Amino acid sequence: MTINTLAKGGWNREQMACFRKMERVIVAMQDPDMGMKMRNQRLLITVIPHAMTGRDIIDWLMQKYNICEEEALHVGGMLVKYGYIYPLKEPRSLVLRPDESPYRFQTPYFWTSTRWPASELDYAIYLAKKNIRKQGELMEYEKERYSVLHKRINHTWDFVVMQAREQLRASKQRRKADRIVLECQEQAYWLINRPPPGSPNVLDMGLDKPNNFSSRVTLNSDYYKTEIENCKRALGRNRVKSSICLEGFVKYSEQYLNHDPIMQGCLPSNPWISDDTAHWTMNADMVPIPTRLRVERWSFSFVELLNDPMGRREFMTYLEKEFSAENLCFWQACEDVRHGENSRIVEKVEEIYKNFLAPGAARWVNIDSKTMDKTLEGIRHPHRFVMDDAQMHIYFLMKKDSYPRYLKSDLYKNMLAKAIVPQETKKSVFPFMRRQRHASPSPAQAARHGIEEDGQAKGGSQAAANSGGGSHT
Amino acid sequence: MGEMEQLRKEADSLKDQITAARKAVQDTTLQEAAAGVTVVGRVQMKTRKTLRGHLAKIYAMHWGTDSTLCVSASQDGKLIVWDSITTNKVNAIPLKSSWVMTCAYAPSGNLVACGGLDNMCSIYNLKGKDGNVKVMRELAAHTGYLSCCRFLSDSEIITSSGDCTCVLWDIETGTQKTVFAGHQGDCMSLAVSPDFKFFISGACDFTAKLWDIREGQCRQTFGGHESDINAIGFFPNGNAVITGSDDATCKLYDLRADQELITYQDSSIMCGVTSLAPSLSGRLLLAGYDDFNVNIWDALKAERVGVLAGHDNRVSCIGVSSDGMACCTGSWDSFLKIWN
Repeated sequence: MTINTLAKGGWNREQMACFRKMERVIVAMQDPDMGMKMRNQRLLITVIPHAMTGRDIIDWLMQKYNICEEEALHVGGMLVKYGYIYPLKEPRSLVLRPDESPYRFQTPYFWTSTRWPASELDYAIYLAKKNIRKQGELMEYEKERYSVLHKRINHTWDFVVMQAREQLRASKQRRKADRIVLECQEQAYWLINRPPPGSPNVLDMGLDKPNNFSSRVTLNSDYYKTEIENCKRALGRNRVKSSICLEGFVKYSEQYLNHDPIMQGCLPSNPWISDDTAHWTMNADMVPIPTRLRVERWSFSFVELLNDPMGRREFMTYLEKEFSAENLCFWQACEDVRHGENSRIVEKVEEIYKNFLAPGAARWVNIDSKTMDKTLEGIRHPHRFVMDDAQMHIYFLMKKDSYPRYLKSDLYKNMLAKAIVPQETKKSVFPFMRRQRHASPSPAQAARHGIEEDGQAKGGSQAAANSGGGSHT
Repeated sequence: MGEMEQLRKEADSLKDQITAARKAVQDTTLQEAAAGVTVVGRVQMKTRKTLRGHLAKIYAMHWGTDSTLCVSASQDGKLIVWDSITTNKVNAIPLKSSWVMTCAYAPSGNLVACGGLDNMCSIYNLKGKDGNVKVMRELAAHTGYLSCCRFLSDSEIITSSGDCTCVLWDIETGTQKTVFAGHQGDCMSLAVSPDFKFFISGACDFTAKLWDIREGQCRQTFGGHESDINAIGFFPNGNAVITGSDDATCKLYDLRADQELITYQDSSIMCGVTSLAPSLSGRLLLAGYDDFNVNIWDALKAERVGVLAGHDNRVSCIGVSSDGMACCTGSWDSFLKIWN
């Protein structure tokens, strides 16, 4: 199979990987030992050899790839959509039917990847053949295209007609069965490469991304020198054992399992399913009492605690008791420099110096002298990352010292104890709703049920009123 | 031997040594490591909402950091901000250029950005004083199409482009702060690390690169794919990079082991990956494909555990909301669907 290298680079790249894989499947399907069992199929009064039924295709795919029927229908459907298998009955409908409908393999000559891209000349010859063979055989859209081509490549029209006549003459000398087969194959090819208006174009590649050859990196000495530098640095890096890394992922997933709504559902109910936004209300940034899962997350890592505004507030309260709140204030001020507007960096850095770093500052932070010197030097020419080292130092100080003690403190333990575990509410509108996966089966308490009914009714009617442009299933 | 030839040989030899060093830390297989993990079982998700309104192919979508707002970009020349729970359109922003390929929502919720074949990244202010959404900045300097963009904050944004570079911009002044060059093919996609210190980019040179935002350098390069990398994302703990490619596979590269540890592939999947998103715990990996489906992978066992089939054309973009509640898919069939 040749790939036309004159075709636009973008098309080639994306499609070819897909085509090659499908072709591998097709070849496997035609393997004399492990491939499909084919038989003669009757089409009206003619017998077509080497055909198979849609059912055969699906069964073979299910068996070969160990997939369910739905999947096999999907994979088989792709093979038909891309023209590797074509239907004998209803040839214009490129769909795989899971029944006795007959199908045939497309000859590699007519694979899209073989004759890429389909040429205007070939299409003109094909339409001319159809026109000559039987008047009125061209469909409306084909007639339109035919006349457009006639105008566009008028200079070669004699050649087109001559070729068409020649091919028709050659086909008359074939057996009827072969002739029908060739016509079907050719028709299938053109249904894909020149789809009728309104039907999906499987060869649609989306936006034409221009090939920017000028901006490609030139492989010269400088390039290789940088590569060598990068490689030397890469070689020197510490590599952690794969077992430790994989274990890290396993542990992380297990730790967050109960917090993953897609895996475990969520309480009181998933707003997307029940249209009740109670879950979000309970987990808003600042609530009087947080949910238990949320408070648990604060103990997973220092980052989790700092990322939650409520967690940060709690931690600040704790630090105030320990008279080390200036650390968190300093860290927050540094974050503000890092992520804030460029134009205010100088002023913010000055504030930080005044409040936290200057000798005798009101909220002086304890940084080691080396980092302090480096930071003070950097402050003379402030930039976004000038506080990075100092911020990192204080971050680790809090992480190693204050954070673990916070988790053991009464403040945290009390918060965890009084945190809410929401009761599950079932969507009461549709009695046949599927049950929440993994949700606890505890029934809603009578009193809570009353309140939540109201909440649900409100949520439900609001959704109905607003859903002018959309729908929910 | 010419100087360049010698340098090339030296580079190749160093690359071989790196490969050997990587192999040296491979002390287990995925099967062994995940042997004790409980099986997930079949994951079935239903379409909960369908967001209708676009009139042409949807090329990109991005969730905001609150739970229900998301932005989508379509070839009909519109950027739409949706309140996905009510399916209302909060904003419908007409674009100057309809050839849009990417969009992004700022973490603050104040800004959205988009770009495409116009080679520019346009920033829109959603919270303008008079209520109108206007262009705030047009970041123009790329010499190729804009394939992806992600905000670091309201002041900085990172873009990836068909000119093989990624750029860090200062939004206020509209200037380039850092240019990240090194890829040998169009950069197709980027993702920012959870701590905002690094970002990763996937390109048509079949590699993914990890960049240090502050230093402007490429820290690590990961290869192994056999075709363009279209989609890229971080594993939720920030220690691994997940890529999706035209070769119909997804791969997980660990940053600490400096190599590929897991490949997600199936011989019955033949079409390329267009987009991917991990679930909140990282246990599930949702990936959108050219064959109109989304496949759900058990990320730790590299097995398929579900399929989302509901679109009538290619799934071009996918995202999991920041609280992990729902997954949104956008497709060339002009619809967005919310699943869970």
